[in-house]
Amino acid sequence: MDLEFSPEEIAFRDEVRKFIADNYPAQLRGKQDEGDELTKEDFLSWHRVLAKKGWVAPAWPVEYGGTGWTVTQRFIFSEETARADCIRLMPFGLTMVGPVIYTFGTPEQKAHFLPRILSGEDWWCQGYSEPGSGSDLASLRTKAVREGDHYVVNGQKTWTTMAQHADWGFFLVRTDPDAKMQEGISFLLIDMKSPGIEVRPIITLGGEHEVNEVFLDNVNVPVENRVFEENKGWTCAKFLLAHERVGIAGVASSKRGIEKIRQIAATEIDGDKPLLANPFYRRKVAELEMDLTALEFTELRTLAGEAAGRGPGPESSVLKIKGSEIQQRLTELALEAAGHYGAPYFRGFGEGDNEHPIGPDWAHRTAPGYYNMRKTTIYGGSNEIQRNIIAKMVLGL
Amino acid sequence: MDLSYTETQDMLRDTLSRFLADTYDFETRKKMLASPEGRDPGIWRALSSELGLTSAPFAEEYGGLGGGYLENLIMMEELGKVIAVEPWLQTVVIGGGALTAVGGALAAEVIPQIISGDCVIAWAYAEPTGRYDLASVSTTAKADGSGFVLNGHKAVVYAAPWASHLLVTARTGGSARERNGVELFLVDAKSAGITRRDYPTVDGFRASEVYFENVAIPAEALLPGGIDLIERIADEAAMGVCAEGTGIARKLLDGTVEYTKQRKQFGQPIGKFQALQHRMADMLVEAEQIASMALMGTLKLGLPAAERKAAVSLAKAKVARSIKFVGQSAVQTHGGIGITMELAIGHYFKRATMIENQFGSADAHLERYEALTLAA
Repeated sequence: MDLEFSPEEIAFRDEVRKFIADNYPAQLRGKQDEGDELTKEDFLSWHRVLAKKGWVAPAWPVEYGGTGWTVTQRFIFSEETARADCIRLMPFGLTMVGPVIYTFGTPEQKAHFLPRILSGEDWWCQGYSEPGSGSDLASLRTKAVREGDHYVVNGQKTWTTMAQHADWGFFLVRTDPDAKMQEGISFLLIDMKSPGIEVRPIITLGGEHEVNEVFLDNVNVPVENRVFEENKGWTCAKFLLAHERVGIAGVASSKRGIEKIRQIAATEIDGDKPLLANPFYRRKVAELEMDLTALEFTELRTLAGEAAGRGPGPESSVLKIKGSEIQQRLTELALEAAGHYGAPYFRGFGEGDNEHPIGPDWAHRTAPGYYNMRKTTIYGGSNEIQRNIIAKMVLGL
Repeated sequence: MDLSYTETQDMLRDTLSRFLADTYDFETRKKMLASPEGRDPGIWRALSSELGLTSAPFAEEYGGLGGGYLENLIMMEELGKVIAVEPWLQTVVIGGGALTAVGGALAAEVIPQIISGDCVIAWAYAEPTGRYDLASVSTTAKADGSGFVLNGHKAVVYAAPWASHLLVTARTGGSARERNGVELFLVDAKSAGITRRDYPTVDGFRASEVYFENVAIPAEALLPGGIDLIERIADEAAMGVCAEGTGIARKLLDGTVEYTKQRKQFGQPIGKFQALQHRMADMLVEAEQIASMALMGTLKLGLPAAERKAAVSLAKAKVARSIKFVGQSAVQTHGGIGITMELAIGHYFKRATMIENQFGSADAHLERYEALTLAA
């Protein structure tokens, strides 16, 4: 074991660092600095740069467009992108449906969809949760009835992130109404431009439009857009959920988040000193760094296990629980740093409006950020569900 | 010792509670927030001139009912239950409290206007870099002839867009963070030289940055008492939001319990799951302590300054910690729907979060408590 990077790894790190410095979209950087809301084009601009370089899906097998990097290289890459404050790529294609397709898909599905995910040509969304099926996902009721060479899909999905931009969605649907729960579910790829699909926004507490309801009314889906066997979609769903949990730890971005908190607290004045000199505040920062370091090394151990051919298994629930809690505590510290200026609400003073938010330029984002990030302990299998998984799958209770 | 409310106090609570139940449902509140003014002035008229509730904490000599701090607590608690966006805290608790404290001609003139609903007050005390230190004031009040001239910038002044009067802290002498030289003034909000930049707040109110440029005010605008008076008013305000928090925490708990009885997952109401039952039991524990601390602090508002400050700081710090737990737990137990604008629960959570830091964060109050009582 060796914590030090090898000379080759250092060379790789420098290469990544230089690539980002030379190629990160300037317009995107400007918007991030201003705290502007990012558009679909903004998200895609960085995606395309990485796609062109061949770095957009490091974890994929090489034959499908992965980089063939070692676990350490992947770690370095994610460290460097977070360090440079690059936006997080939309995960729905790259880390969710992509791996499902290359693992369970037909040769035709692989040939058609994987290159389009890599290039960013298709924007994906995830049709899992339903109004009556959240933590109990397997109780889902959206049904697909086979009629000849296609399915007719009817039902409602919810919490569909970024569906307003999506070209395609991967949906869990019930194909056998008589089967028990997890059985009788199929995994369908649905063209979001199909007749009968309606996307309605859900506005969240910070005023954001990130999530949507998706209504499916007699939507025709060709049978060849089913992944894996009919009624075996739960296998894909479980596989995907385990993958989702690894990324959800968010270690690199939380590290960047702590850097930002340090910067903020070093400039925000409390009495006659910077807030960072306030013993109570700095103790909270230190405690967060302690917990983040523990999470980081837990993730590194998990990745090492993966490199050795194990996992990601139920232990990824540990990453989800701690990672989400840390993301939330970061937003608490930011809101606390804002003091009185946490209260003003400036959404709606958006693009084209010359009025600049008042107070420190980061402060008006702290309360919406705090409210919004309450989602992290709820999505991706709520933290209660993660504890159930640990209790059942790890502890055997 | 007697911790029971009088019949009159119970009646006041009932009157306000029934009025709010009829007029302040979630949908109506939503419409008020979306309106240009951000509130329905008719509600304020009803609370004051029609129902006479604004008279509750004031002495009879001003036309009040002869109540005091406990009446403020009762009212704030009920207003919290509907997350009312009324300028009650600013006008009745803070403005009324300051005027009651100084008495004299100004009180005799303005308190009746509060009672009648004609006067709405906003408290301009915070400054862009002052955080929770009430003596960190760089707005100046320079003696000029018989009066003063105000210059400066006040930050995040809740209710300022609605106010007829601004209660302003400003420095007549001393250096930037010195306790000496900070004074309190009641200023006509329409005085020449006052400009505002108005905006909504995340918890549903309207607030402003208020700029004073050579604002001439008469000598009578001064409420004598300096930083000691300002600290006393801030403590009364802190207990006001603690009482509001009592109402909010109760609604967060009740709403969550109700939801877990309705919401079914895994073939049963989620309220049947022990993990959630224990969390809700903990929410009740914290909600009860919020109520206890709001009462304790309120009952000690009349004590000598050192005792009052120690009590208020313990109360506010505890309420900040507990309401954070109650709010976060309510959202978590609701799941995704708790983070949307659709259910009331998220809106209670937003206000609860702002209460944590208003008039001093938990850290700031624990620090003050330590300085007062744990001198090594």
